[in-house]
Amino acid sequence: MSSSAETLSQAFTLGYTYTRSTGPIVGQFLTSLRARKMVGIKASDGKVLMPPVEFDPVSAAALTEFVDVADSGVVKTWCWVKEPRKAHPSDKPFAWAMILLDGADTPMLHWIDAGDEAAMSTGMRVKVRWAAETKGVMDDLNGFVPESVALLTELKPAASDEPIIGVESPSYLTYNFTAGKATSLYLRSMKEGKLVGQRCPKCRNVYIPPRGSCAACGVPTEEQVTLSNKATVESFTIVYIPIPGNPIKPPYVIANLVLDGANLSFLHLLSECKNEDVRIGMRVEALWRPEEEWGFAMENIQYFKPIDEPDMPVDQIGKLIDEGR
Amino acid sequence: MRADKMRDVAIVAFAQSNCQRDAGAQNEVELIMPVLSEVFKQAGINNAQDVDFTCSGSCDYQQGAAFAFVAGVDALGAVPPIKESHVEMDAAWALYEAWLKIQMGQAESALLYGFGKSSPGELPIVLSQQLDPYYLAPLWVDSIAFAAMQARTMLDSGEITENDMAEVVARSRNNALANNPHAQLKGDQTAADLLKEATYVSPLRRHDCCPISDGACAMIICTIEKAKEWGKPYAVIKGIDHRIETHHIGSRDLSRSVSTEIAAKAAGVANGPVDVAELYAPFSHQEIILKKALGLGDDTVVNPSGGVLAGNVMMASGLSRIGEVAMRIIRGEAKRGVAHATSGPCLQQNLITVLEAK
Repeated sequence: MSSSAETLSQAFTLGYTYTRSTGPIVGQFLTSLRARKMVGIKASDGKVLMPPVEFDPVSAAALTEFVDVADSGVVKTWCWVKEPRKAHPSDKPFAWAMILLDGADTPMLHWIDAGDEAAMSTGMRVKVRWAAETKGVMDDLNGFVPESVALLTELKPAASDEPIIGVESPSYLTYNFTAGKATSLYLRSMKEGKLVGQRCPKCRNVYIPPRGSCAACGVPTEEQVTLSNKATVESFTIVYIPIPGNPIKPPYVIANLVLDGANLSFLHLLSECKNEDVRIGMRVEALWRPEEEWGFAMENIQYFKPIDEPDMPVDQIGKLIDEGR
Repeated sequence: MRADKMRDVAIVAFAQSNCQRDAGAQNEVELIMPVLSEVFKQAGINNAQDVDFTCSGSCDYQQGAAFAFVAGVDALGAVPPIKESHVEMDAAWALYEAWLKIQMGQAESALLYGFGKSSPGELPIVLSQQLDPYYLAPLWVDSIAFAAMQARTMLDSGEITENDMAEVVARSRNNALANNPHAQLKGDQTAADLLKEATYVSPLRRHDCCPISDGACAMIICTIEKAKEWGKPYAVIKGIDHRIETHHIGSRDLSRSVSTEIAAKAAGVANGPVDVAELYAPFSHQEIILKKALGLGDDTVVNPSGGVLAGNVMMASGLSRIGEVAMRIIRGEAKRGVAHATSGPCLQQNLITVLEAK
């Protein structure tokens, strides 16, 4: 996490690790790729679409008739990428191109390893550079090359002849997350061992964590309110299900807590008591980790634990006593 | 959809934030709130409780946060509960949903807003996730590459020249300098100046591509009766239509926008002179495609705001195009105008709105 007077931000990578079923059309295309063969599909008007699609782009009729297509063809249009992005299939400059394979009527999009932009031209002939080992994925096409380029790669036979019915298609996207002004204020305060919320200028509700706006009134919240370490249990649940990656061993208690001075609850762990003794109205207090471990994080508070105070009557929970409401 | 059999709908208020490369510490809610207060002020209403329906446009992939549009609702004030909806695309489509709601008699007035923070991620790569997940998304072909191949198709056919593209950019930046306080890119360069720049993803130069921007916009629409009751000036939506082309990119003629042609006809673009047009052309050559598809002549002022080449808040830019035209009509600078919004690679989806003075 980097921090400046203005912004708290942190890089993170989001992964969508999908496994997709391919259906009969895409599955057949990928199965053919694995055998180093290209197939298109016949559209309602007799044209051969490449790569094959399930439904006709014009008539929407279901398509079924596969047609063999050559693994070489003509560049219809292209662009030159001088600075490949990290996600791109090549780390050297390369071309994206729409390539009309011999025997097809629509061009397919792929990339061309031509070495230099000067080697590219509209109308040039290119051929597939098959991956040394094919698996039934788009990467079986290791790009295209100008037709004159000699390919020396030794090709292994495909490992399987089972039809492809599904593909792993993970996608990872990298972001630099920036906390909003209110969240930054909250996390900065956490780093100093303080719980700080914000009060709505209109309805007077006190939000923790603050959100920069009152969700009820739709107005900005700017007044800061430093809150107590003491809280009341508004509601709770006991978690019995182990959650992958969560270091806390079930069963454990998650509680909606209303901090003294706030009237809207926030969520934290409750511990140092028997789970069956937890009840609505119970008084608790934050257990902070040692100061040297504090970061810009909720985890600075290890959990809340019961204190020796009488329970809060249920009808008093969430009321701002000093405001008379 | 032909609006002559429909209720006319009035645009009474529009506001947009500055287009900025990086809104820094401001989160989405903090970007939305100022434009909401501005449209409430313009319409003379207090808050979202004073309209019947609310709809927003945004995309969670941009900021990489699940259900970010729900957090956006924090900016509204939803107590007591409101009728609310969301489109996971440009807010121009949120306007379309609200317009339908009014046609169905389920609302007399609506608040629309769009927002996007593109700065946290690598936008062209993020946009590759809207492609077909089997053939294209695994290659990570980005939005700029598609546009570059489209531009080359047109250059190769002799339909346009690189100078034509640079002229679009020069006019965009000059217009932004003269008319658009919210613009991110503005200046008085000539096409000749711009052509000195090296290519980026050839044949495109950097200036042929819209910038990446953070920001938000908001609009209030209502029935004509309601606008009169509020006593506010307004522009009238006379027609609105959207069309989508196949995701099979090889089946499309990239040098034309067939979906725009059909939508323009259905919305009635040709039913009168067009004084002003705001076109959502993220790449310079696409303005030329769109101008042709809409049948616009030289007497139409195209992108007086500078368009999205001057600033492109993804998910808000389409609604902003409509707002730009509406405000010009409300200010009396134009009698009749066309606004265009797009989404997807190479102008895959297009929404056309025809606006007139009352």
